Amino acid sequence: MSVVPISYYLVLSAVLFGLGVVAFVFKRNIITIFMSIELMLNAVNLAFVAFARAHNQLDGLVFVFFVIVVAAAEAAVGLAIVITIAQNRRSLNVEKVDLLKF
Amino acid sequence: MPLLDHLWIILAVPLAGAAINGLLGKNWPKSAVNSIAIGSVSLAFLAVVETVREFLQLPASQVPWVKSYFPWISAGAFKVNFSLQVDQLTIVMLLTVSFVGMLIHIYSTGYMAHEGGYYRFFSYLNLFMFFMLTLVLAANIVVMFVGWEGVGLCSYLLIGFWFLKQSAANAGKKAFIVTRIGDFGFTVGILLLFWTFHSVDFGTIFAQAAGMPSDTMAQAGVLTTICLLLFTGAIGKSAQLPLYVWLPDAMEGPTPVSALIHAATMVTAGVYMVARMHPLFSRAPVAMFAVAIVGALTAFYSATIGLVQTDIKKVLAYSTVSQLGYMFLACGVGAYAAGIFHLMTHAFFKGLLFLCAGSAIHAMGGEQDMRKMGGLRKAIPVTFWTMFIATFAISGVPGFAGFFSKDEILEAAQSGPHANLPLWLLGLVAAGLTSFYMFRLIFLTFFGTQRFDEHKVHVHESPRNMTIPLIILAFLSIFGGWLAAPKLVGGTDYFAAFLGPVFADVPESPAFAAFLQNLKEAGIDATVNSPVVRVIDPQDKPTATENAAMKLVHAVTGPPVIVGLIGILIAWWFYIRRPELPEKLARSMHGLYTLLLNKYYVDEIYAAAIVRPLLWVSTNVLWHTVDEGLIDGTVNGSARLAREAGGKLRELQSGNARSYASWVVVGAVGVTALLLGIWMKVR
Repeated sequence: MSVVPISYYLVLSAVLFGLGVVAFVFKRNIITIFMSIELMLNAVNLAFVAFARAHNQLDGLVFVFFVIVVAAAEAAVGLAIVITIAQNRRSLNVEKVDLLKF
Repeated sequence: MPLLDHLWIILAVPLAGAAINGLLGKNWPKSAVNSIAIGSVSLAFLAVVETVREFLQLPASQVPWVKSYFPWISAGAFKVNFSLQVDQLTIVMLLTVSFVGMLIHIYSTGYMAHEGGYYRFFSYLNLFMFFMLTLVLAANIVVMFVGWEGVGLCSYLLIGFWFLKQSAANAGKKAFIVTRIGDFGFTVGILLLFWTFHSVDFGTIFAQAAGMPSDTMAQAGVLTTICLLLFTGAIGKSAQLPLYVWLPDAMEGPTPVSALIHAATMVTAGVYMVARMHPLFSRAPVAMFAVAIVGALTAFYSATIGLVQTDIKKVLAYSTVSQLGYMFLACGVGAYAAGIFHLMTHAFFKGLLFLCAGSAIHAMGGEQDMRKMGGLRKAIPVTFWTMFIATFAISGVPGFAGFFSKDEILEAAQSGPHANLPLWLLGLVAAGLTSFYMFRLIFLTFFGTQRFDEHKVHVHESPRNMTIPLIILAFLSIFGGWLAAPKLVGGTDYFAAFLGPVFADVPESPAFAAFLQNLKEAGIDATVNSPVVRVIDPQDKPTATENAAMKLVHAVTGPPVIVGLIGILIAWWFYIRRPELPEKLARSMHGLYTLLLNKYYVDEIYAAAIVRPLLWVSTNVLWHTVDEGLIDGTVNGSARLAREAGGKLRELQSGNARSYASWVVVGAVGVTALLLGIWMKVR
């Protein structure tokens, strides 16, 4: 039985993370940005799991659970903010949310 | 000896007067200011008189009487005490300064009666007395320097007394800055003095100097350097060539100030200093020669300028410069006593001349141009007669004070131990010029026709508080020189004899050695420190009566007297007999006349050679380049850098969440790259 080498997982994780970053930076829709955050988090999760399996240690798995929990909490808070913005601005364009500056 | 132990009282009284008037006098009535000012100088004068009385009872071994009050500066090896001393030279100066000062204070109450800033004037005047007395009483050169600079300060304040007048403010600055050039030399001289002798006390310095080999003409060493540096200070303070330019301008000040500071006392401080430092000077022949040359040249040079000036005070100013030149000539040829003698008589007659000029100006309602005066003789008789006496005195007419002192100086230049005929000739010609320009002044001002509108100018004699000082000074201008009178008939010059102990240690004075020899033959065993004042040269006694008449005739017909009389006659010819002559002469010798009228263009030369280049460098290099460019540039530049950097940086905070995210990515990539780099290196 051939084992999939760890580098495959890491490359996939990096590609997913990169997609997340690019989407976060270039997309304008807040929901999409939100989703790209989730994508990055899960890309990291994938890396954690791969390392945990490769080194045969549980630390990575434990960390993944934490990330999932934080992501859930973040989703709750984040979506609430998104809804508020949508109600106030009648728009989900992130470029219109720029009052917090010099 | 109560007052000799408390010499500081002489200083404290005028200082207190200055403080009281200066701090509290602003709203006081004039009478209150008067009583404080005159009271304090009078008290100081009385203290001086008492000090003199006590001093004369001191045994010779206790002269000079030095009193140290408190350690003033103590920095490592450099120790200075606030110490005062009294010897015969100090006595002469103290009496002259305090007495003339007192008279001029009294005169000022009349002269300044209608001026604003009355309390300020008298406060400065008292402060001046304090510093001048400090200068005279000092027992070390640092305390002397305090007085030296203090009188300079008061001079500045009083020249610029009418500071709203631009010319007066400028004249004050000019006086301060020009004397500063000399003071630079003086300061370096003090440092060198301490460096050489490890002390600043006169006594210690002179004792050490006595053990040093004299410098010679060919070999000038540290003593010569010190003396030349100190003399630089004297050149500035006593307005000698080439730093005399401030004194004529100083006439912008009120006339009593000109009389007190710029004729009688402060400007003579340089002469006093040279006389005080004579143990050094007499061991530095090159420096002595320099003093003599500068003195003689100044005496002649400024007398020529005085010939054509039309402002009555300017004539007197150039005359003062010229007379100070005489005093330095005396010091330079080793006749210190004669120099101090002339200092004293000059204080009387020149102080008087200035006060009289002030009285005439007062009478004319402020007019200083002699061409607009004339015929004042009848209108202001007291001023006329006292000024006439002072003019006789300065012209060296036999019997008047100036005759004795000037005669002694010229005699020393002609036949003294350091006689120098060219310098004597210069002095002699200057004597003739002096009597010419002084009588020119008298004739223009008091004789001839009235060249002013009688209806516009109400000529009036000055009040009594002005005329009484005039009369007292006129008295002194006649009799002040008579201390030396017995010399004319072969007797003792009491003034020189009184100062004898001070100047007795002049090493190469054959005259004094001979004098001591005479004493020894007569059975009096005197040392150089004996109080010669109470001893009359015994050699003179038998011969005195025989030759008295001869000697008297000889003395009063000497070259100085002849030359002086010629000067008077020419002045009379030019300004009384043929009043149209001066103008003709001025036309025919137009070049020379213009040169003299413009004071040899020295002010212009200084402006072109020093002031303007300095201004240019200051403006363009120091101000616009260094200050504005470099210093302001650095300060403003760093501020601008911070501001512009901040301006750029704050644009990073755009409020745009995506740009923040981009920066996070950039940061993350950066940190990762860094860690990766480290990791690679470690591996």
